[in-house]
Amino acid sequence: MTVLFGVFLLTLLVITAIAIVRTRNLFVAVMLSGIFSLLIAAIFFLLDAADVALTEAAIGAGISTVLFLSALALIGEHEQTPSANRLVALLVVVTTMVAILYATLDKPRLGDPSAPVQRHVGPWYLEKTPEYMDIPNSVTAVLGSFRGYDTLGEVFVVLTAGIGVLFLLGKAAPPGYYKKTHAADAGGLRHYQIPRMVGRLLIPFILLFGFYVQFHGEYGPGGGFQAGAIIAAAIILYALLEGEQRALTALPRGFLLGLIAAGALLYGLVGLIGLVSGGNFLDYSLLSDDPVKGQQLGIILIEAGVGITVTGVLLSIFHAFAARGKS
Amino acid sequence: MIATLLDIASWLLFLVGGFFVVVGGIGALRMPDLYTRMHAASVTDSIAPVLIITGIMLQAGATLASVKLAAILLFLLLTGPTASNALASAALLSGKKTIAAAADDKD
Repeated sequence: MTVLFGVFLLTLLVITAIAIVRTRNLFVAVMLSGIFSLLIAAIFFLLDAADVALTEAAIGAGISTVLFLSALALIGEHEQTPSANRLVALLVVVTTMVAILYATLDKPRLGDPSAPVQRHVGPWYLEKTPEYMDIPNSVTAVLGSFRGYDTLGEVFVVLTAGIGVLFLLGKAAPPGYYKKTHAADAGGLRHYQIPRMVGRLLIPFILLFGFYVQFHGEYGPGGGFQAGAIIAAAIILYALLEGEQRALTALPRGFLLGLIAAGALLYGLVGLIGLVSGGNFLDYSLLSDDPVKGQQLGIILIEAGVGITVTGVLLSIFHAFAARGKS
Repeated sequence: MIATLLDIASWLLFLVGGFFVVVGGIGALRMPDLYTRMHAASVTDSIAPVLIITGIMLQAGATLASVKLAAILLFLLLTGPTASNALASAALLSGKKTIAAAADDKD
């Protein structure tokens, strides 16, 4: 049954991918890529990867679509006719496809107990998580503590990417731009009572869910990346409904930029505390007298750092797009 | 006995819910313009999740899962119609006419 459902979802995925390539309307392509993300999130969930599924649904289907739409507002929705040599492109695609198909021949079957992923460090992580961290979600244990360096790297990738996008987009708004309160500009959807009232009702719950995902990451699927995306989505919804101006009054640009740096710094500092206390970098056992408590505290702190940076980056990029569109 | 009845009830709900999903899908493909298509698609947004999620809740019984399902249903019922409303008013605002209005223009 699971296999049947997986084949069904994968078929839909391929159809969606072909439709994305074939459509000339970028607006349609963006919507289809949202559907693509939802489908692949469902497939991840089917493969028991709930954490990844949550990330894909929140970031791929949610935030990316909003950012793509903001970009489309700048460039228009029609794809230009490609001028590049299509034969070369075809050659590259076919070569890559053949290489990937050849590589899949060596891939172990789904759930094969003798696959390298089941025999390498994986079992050790699963076995040691209750002893070292005493938390139920071993994904969070691996991500936060066992592979803490990797996650630190990911946070810095998000940080660097955010800085790059802000440099590309972040033309300073003309002086007095935010003082001008054009009714249409500053209003968002304020004249549309139904979306506004429902949004007002929902935003607190979305924020609450975001914090739940953030702080429940040790016990269930979730963590900083997902929570950051959900919290950013709630604030973007607020900006769409009540006007960007109001969202910026609540969370000014400088504050968001501060969040980006603060999250990454928090993560790094937690690592440094381990170093100062005489242990290794990112060794949380030294954060408390009890090593297990220390590990739990460390994971909560670095997850908070991840969430803060992700929220800051996503919101800063959103505002940068919005400011570009209006000038 | 009760378990069998619950199974039959939830299967009925699934089947009727699935029927409405298919109806919504056919309507979204076959209807003549945006507004009527949205009208058809909103069947999948409103009645189908009520039936299907109630069916799953019967399977889940009086557990925390049922409470979560009820919350999901509540949020679906809040967001689906709102999204339809936003889409329809955006279409109206951008000057897209209903088939009735378009027919009036022709006369």
